[in-house]
Amino acid sequence: MTDRIRDPAAVLEAYRHRYQVVVGMEVHAQLLTQSKMFCGCPADYQGAPPNTHTCPVCLGMPGALPVANRAAVEATIKTGLALNCQIQPLAVFARKNYHYPDLPKGYQISQYEYPLCRDGWVEIELDTGESKRIRIHRAHLEEDTGKNLHVDGHTLVDLNRAGVPLLEIVTEADIHSPDEAYAFLTKLRTLLRYLEVNSGDMEKGALRCEPNISVRTWEQAARGEFGTKVEVKNLNSFRAVRNAIAYEAARQIQILEAGGAVEQVNMGWDEARQRTVLQRTKETSEDYRYFPDPDLPPLEVRREWVDAVAATLPELPDAKRRRYQAEWGIRAVDARTLTEERQVAEFFEAAVAAYGTQEGRPQRVAHWITGELFRLLYAEGTGQDLRQIAETKIRPEQLAALLRLVDEKVINLNTAKKVLEAMYATGDAPQAIVEREGLALVQDTDVIDRAIQEVLARHPEEVVRYRAGEEKLLGFFMGQVMRATRGQADPQTLRRRLVEKLTG
Amino acid sequence: MDPRPLHQWTVHQLLEGLGQGAFSAQELAQHLLERIQAVDPQLHAYLRVEPERVLAQARQADRRRRSGDRSPLLGIPLAVKDVLVTRGVETTAGSRILQGFVPPYTATAVARLEAAGAILLGKTNTDEFAMGSSTENSAYGPTRNPWNLDRVPGGSSGGSAAAVAARLAPAALGTDTGGSVRQPAALCGVVGLKPSYGRVSRHGLIAYGSSLDQVGPIAQDVADAALLLQIMAGPDPRDSTSLDTSVPDYRAVLGRTIQGLRIGLPQEYFTGGIQPEVDRAVRAAVAQLEDLGATVVPIRLRTLEMALPVYYLVATAEASANLARYDGIRYGRRTPAATVMDTYRRTRGQGFGAEVKRRIMLGTYALSAGYYDAYYLKAQQVRTLIRQDFEAAFQQVDVIASPTSPTTAFRLGERTEDPLQMYLADIFTVSVNLTGMCAISVPCGFDEAGLPIGLQLMGPHLGEERILQVAYAYQQVTEWHRRCPPSASPEQEQAARTRDSRP
Ligand SMILES: [Zn+2]
Repeated sequence: MTDRIRDPAAVLEAYRHRYQVVVGMEVHAQLLTQSKMFCGCPADYQGAPPNTHTCPVCLGMPGALPVANRAAVEATIKTGLALNCQIQPLAVFARKNYHYPDLPKGYQISQYEYPLCRDGWVEIELDTGESKRIRIHRAHLEEDTGKNLHVDGHTLVDLNRAGVPLLEIVTEADIHSPDEAYAFLTKLRTLLRYLEVNSGDMEKGALRCEPNISVRTWEQAARGEFGTKVEVKNLNSFRAVRNAIAYEAARQIQILEAGGAVEQVNMGWDEARQRTVLQRTKETSEDYRYFPDPDLPPLEVRREWVDAVAATLPELPDAKRRRYQAEWGIRAVDARTLTEERQVAEFFEAAVAAYGTQEGRPQRVAHWITGELFRLLYAEGTGQDLRQIAETKIRPEQLAALLRLVDEKVINLNTAKKVLEAMYATGDAPQAIVEREGLALVQDTDVIDRAIQEVLARHPEEVVRYRAGEEKLLGFFMGQVMRATRGQADPQTLRRRLVEKLTG
Repeated sequence: MDPRPLHQWTVHQLLEGLGQGAFSAQELAQHLLERIQAVDPQLHAYLRVEPERVLAQARQADRRRRSGDRSPLLGIPLAVKDVLVTRGVETTAGSRILQGFVPPYTATAVARLEAAGAILLGKTNTDEFAMGSSTENSAYGPTRNPWNLDRVPGGSSGGSAAAVAARLAPAALGTDTGGSVRQPAALCGVVGLKPSYGRVSRHGLIAYGSSLDQVGPIAQDVADAALLLQIMAGPDPRDSTSLDTSVPDYRAVLGRTIQGLRIGLPQEYFTGGIQPEVDRAVRAAVAQLEDLGATVVPIRLRTLEMALPVYYLVATAEASANLARYDGIRYGRRTPAATVMDTYRRTRGQGFGAEVKRRIMLGTYALSAGYYDAYYLKAQQVRTLIRQDFEAAFQQVDVIASPTSPTTAFRLGERTEDPLQMYLADIFTVSVNLTGMCAISVPCGFDEAGLPIGLQLMGPHLGEERILQVAYAYQQVTEWHRRCPPSASPEQEQAARTRDSRP
């Protein structure tokens, strides 16, 4: 095996003028249904003792028959609609035949010739600010396999996961860089989470991604030709997908540059060494002998059913983003950040509803959420998951109330940040915190005047120098008075009174 | 009271006797168990009989009856083909690979009979995974025909048919994928009914050809078959292919005149390799139906010659996937080896018999890349033609009559070396499975060797009422179904113990 490529990104950059990276994506998403795809067992298998969420159907017992889960079909239709797919009037479950201990029936029930969804697209935003469509070739419903555990030289099989509904989404080879792949996955996860059909959790295997990667010269691209595809497996994070695509594309470019040929193989991603490695491959491609499953009648999807499912679709991120920008004047970058997780968008919208939409108020809310609140979530919460916003003690109305306190000059911005922290920790209303901690700005000129008097009396020398023209000392006096008032003096009032006293 | 021993009574007669308190369910069960013990060693109709369980259930049935329970089958012992899973009772499908497999659940068809008060008398022998026409493919040894112990009982439900024929059970369940209820019923001289596809739940039926398999009753007469179907039929949420349509009252058509009904006689079914006595007996039966007022209409079913090849592609393709689950990993017999793949190979290599392997290979081939279109897909297209052929025929006639099997029971070993010859036993029955329609086989005579002949009456999809009506009318004017094999009549029981080697 060749040496590891140290900087795949640099290789891609160096050969950008000669080669195009071509990536197609196969994504598997476990559907968040109550029961499994073809039986009544609970679909949530995480943490359950091995083989406890099983029955004759998902164990592949003799004589057991599958019955399709309607909720899983609806989740697929829903996702298909969100991916702008054509929902097919007829879908057929088919058997995919192969032997493996985690596959109890010796075949996987999938959809082959007649998938439920075809011909869609997902819009992604590029760093250039442009957007691009990644076409969806098809999306279909199938069942997950069990898990093999290797313990002390033995292989144990846990079939709790066997039969969990799995949505397979296949893109066209429209992805042309590691960053586009990353953006696609992010967008797809956003959609799946909006629809509440999938947890989006790649680390736990709820969302799995297998990119097929090839490179071709621009001349080949012009002729509509493709390079040899290499599939990469074992990717457990979005970052891994991005790095693996970069690595694999760079590897292929180096092979071609050295006059070699890329072999059609399956590679695995070695996260520790940050490189793709050859997996044991079969000499011939496997023949799965697909045929329609005689146990499951073809799925007839009537227009009315699709319409009924469509009526349950929530407002999707693209629509939200455009609305935020058009109606509330939210900056593009904030609009994108706010809509990436449904919970964040909901928090934002609730806060705007409480705070008001006039005079740039929505943008101020956006600023506070993407700034201070996110900082707190990242620092205090668990991981980088912004969906935690739904579980913070701060309610959207409380954030609105906090901003009103700033508007009404009850507190200044610095105090507001401290109040937000206290809100995050306690869940108390901002007014209560300001009152309890005595954080309200001092507007009372008597108090301010008295503090100014004391400061000026303590620093006669500086007063003389100021009056002699050293005006930058105003900052010094401001600071001293602020300290004397424990930062609560209204800065504008303070400045005005201070200048009066010094010049008067 | 009826002086005959209890094993010669039909289900209806037994129900009457039990209802009148003429005997108890326990006495009935005890009698049958003793009879099985005495007669079955010669026949090997049963793979498993658990007397303690049977007697316990019989006593339970008696208690229920005393407390006023009038469930429609209360106390009736029934034999069940070993491809239907039964909770707590070993179920092997006649295969070594399922040796020791004790299912955790019961097939819907069996569960419905049990819910109606029936008692599981025992599990009957079958060709391995229902693949065969003689019951010789059972891994546990063949079953013999009660009419002649040198002959096969037919198959694959040969154990059930032999048990009913020899009166080792008042009635039984079989399964029919290409004729596996009707053909053994014909060869054993009893009644066998293949319901329309989807009429009876397949849940718990160990799949062979999923788009063809149906559970069907094997009984001494048409009324008993109708009663069992009545109880088993109907939608099952555990089987997506079970039909949602309501179940008619089958008993209501029994006794209704067949005056004016049109009986189709397909020319193709009365040519070539058919045994002359079979031809004569079936034609005579049709003439009797004509005497009863039915109109006989000569028809054509030109797709007959396509049926067997289509059947052997569709059934084996489905079987190749259905039998993939038998890998020794989760249940059944495992032959361990160093690697997983070798464990599969050895487990399946030793667990499956020759015919099962042959069909798995045939089906695998038919589904393989490059062959799928020419075999599996083409077979499905021809299957549609066959269905259209029958649908057109049923525009003209109400019921189609034919022989159930081209010959009477053949000798053990006679066809085991020649699979194609064996497959021909199902030539008249497979079309009904391919079209999803229904059919019944009723005894209609004997050949010169004293072996029973079956008349097949085929009906359209969900046409059970029609075929039951005609079959019942036929049995009202004939006695063939009342004949028992020598071993089943008490005076000849002794004689049956010595091998009958009539040519
Ligand atoms: Zn299950």
